[in-house]
Amino acid sequence: MDIKPFNKLKKSLKKDVSGFPVVKLAIAGDSATQFLVPAIKATGADQSLAFEVFEAEYDQIDLQILNRESELYQHSPDFVVIQKSSQKLYSDFIAESLVAKEEFASSTIDQIELYYNTIKQESSAKVLFFNFIEIPDRVFYNYANKLKHSWSYQIRKLNFELMNLAQKHKDLFLIDLSSLNNVHGLRVSHNPVLYHQNTMDLNLDFLPHVANSVVDTVNSSLGKFKKCLILDLDHTCWGGIIGDDGIEGIKIGHTGIGNAFSQLQSWAKSLKERGIILAICSKNNEDTAKEPFEKHPNMVLRLEDISVFIANWENKADNIRYIQSVLNIGFDSMVFIDDNPFERNLVRSELPEVTVPELPEDPALYLQYLADFNLFETASYAISDTDRTKQYQTEAKRKSLQRSYSSIDEYLKNLEMTATVEAFSKFNVARISQLTQRSNQYNLRTQRYSEEDIESMMASKDHLTLSISLKDKYGDYGLISLIILKRKSEKELFIDTWIMSCRVLKRDVEKFVLNELVALAKEQSCDILVGERLPTKKNVLVENHYKDLGFKEQSNLWCLHIVDFKKNKNYIQKN
Amino acid sequence: MTVEEVLSSFNEIFIDVLDEDDIVVEMETTADDVEDWDSLTHVQLIVAIEKKFKVKFTISEIESYQNVGQMCAAVVEKLNA
Repeated sequence: MDIKPFNKLKKSLKKDVSGFPVVKLAIAGDSATQFLVPAIKATGADQSLAFEVFEAEYDQIDLQILNRESELYQHSPDFVVIQKSSQKLYSDFIAESLVAKEEFASSTIDQIELYYNTIKQESSAKVLFFNFIEIPDRVFYNYANKLKHSWSYQIRKLNFELMNLAQKHKDLFLIDLSSLNNVHGLRVSHNPVLYHQNTMDLNLDFLPHVANSVVDTVNSSLGKFKKCLILDLDHTCWGGIIGDDGIEGIKIGHTGIGNAFSQLQSWAKSLKERGIILAICSKNNEDTAKEPFEKHPNMVLRLEDISVFIANWENKADNIRYIQSVLNIGFDSMVFIDDNPFERNLVRSELPEVTVPELPEDPALYLQYLADFNLFETASYAISDTDRTKQYQTEAKRKSLQRSYSSIDEYLKNLEMTATVEAFSKFNVARISQLTQRSNQYNLRTQRYSEEDIESMMASKDHLTLSISLKDKYGDYGLISLIILKRKSEKELFIDTWIMSCRVLKRDVEKFVLNELVALAKEQSCDILVGERLPTKKNVLVENHYKDLGFKEQSNLWCLHIVDFKKNKNYIQKN
Repeated sequence: MTVEEVLSSFNEIFIDVLDEDDIVVEMETTADDVEDWDSLTHVQLIVAIEKKFKVKFTISEIESYQNVGQMCAAVVEKLNA
């Protein structure tokens, strides 16, 4: 999901919207609306709405709304969208007398209320009114704040009184152009050349954002809104990997990058207090994943905030299916946030109805980026909305973890994964040493090696090394797995180290790697591979690693006779 | 950049904005020669050209152009300025 530039957005006008719910809009403005209308229609098409639009002629707000026999009412709209331009309003304002200036906001509000009341008398339409971009005072500048008859004072009062008006009338909704303008700035929202030439107040670059706000408001008042936020943990809710770094090592709270994660958690917590359901979906051992929620002093989110907590090594699409079955809400009411593009794309491809925003690489930018989408737009709010968390937690407990797993073969095939396999080289010594120092989960023997150690193994005749880098069509994951083999005898290779990054779990990388290992063993005229898992608190994940790969247990070691080996199927192409 | 190179970029912009693959614009092309090139399309073309070449047109420049060639020439002139 993203907000497309106007030129790209426009192409969605060609989409077939015949299956989508029809929504009738009437749009009236006092500046050119010819681009606003296609922007709204195209955004609708992208979000599964078929808009039938009546567009009032230029500057006919009064005529169409106050005349009870107008074409606008004949269209019998579900929504009336009114855009009064700030630029226009400013021209009106400066032409007023001093006395009238002081009353400007009040008299404009009266006019808007008259529009609303007339529309409600003549139709059942809801009214979407654009609030005002607070263009700067060009007469009194900063001093304007001290004067009741200044533009700054009146335009801010107007926006403030509009909120009061919207609180008074249940079918009046404001499209918050003022906030959008705070995000994008006047140089994006308004282009003076277009305004003078075509009386176009809202600039082309700004319209997609405006249209998005309109469509989100329409959607939520039709009952289509988000109810649940599903969060990943590592690199999303805190910095680092809980399984590798441990509770003391993850970054959360206070200063620096930890603060960015705290902010994200605070945001989630506020949503939860508003009535949004929070769920966790993480690749982790459950106990490990829950520990920060229970013990870390800087965590904002606690276990009692989470309705459904899923931490396991299964495919995330299946886990989200499970969350859906517990909560019994539509997939289209779920938002999934994960820093890992693989997981995002997996969920997008298996569950296209779930909203999965991109995420910038830098966690400092997470929240600002997410704020661009009105992810949790709503058209109603009641105190009783708050906190259904308890009720869902009970439901989650009751429901056992019986799940249907769909095959992800098709998905893996489509990833177009390619791997590069090579012996360690002086270019990656540092990364390899770091991986042996830092990996805890997918690490069979947890042997830690310095750069010097690695270099001496590279030089030794008794050691063989493999480093594996992985790419797919979404990106380059770099060096993600490494193997160190020790020659025990002429015929036997011992797997001293087998490490893989958890970022690439569930892609059958280990099967691919074993194929490579066997090929290497053959090349060396060896006929047996011996592996070992040294259990640690953190490597439960690889408990069955060798067993699953077809090794046979022999006095705490795992053996694979090369003659018995059948090549493993996987979807990774060797470079 | 030469006028010819600018013209070929213009052509891509026209195809994109008008969403019409077989448009061929030449120096002499005017709004009358291209179906759908109305005042609103014109706004989009100007904005797209400004973005592509990172130039700005003044309002009087926009009003003065009679054909595609004049716009190309103006872009070349701005790029060399």
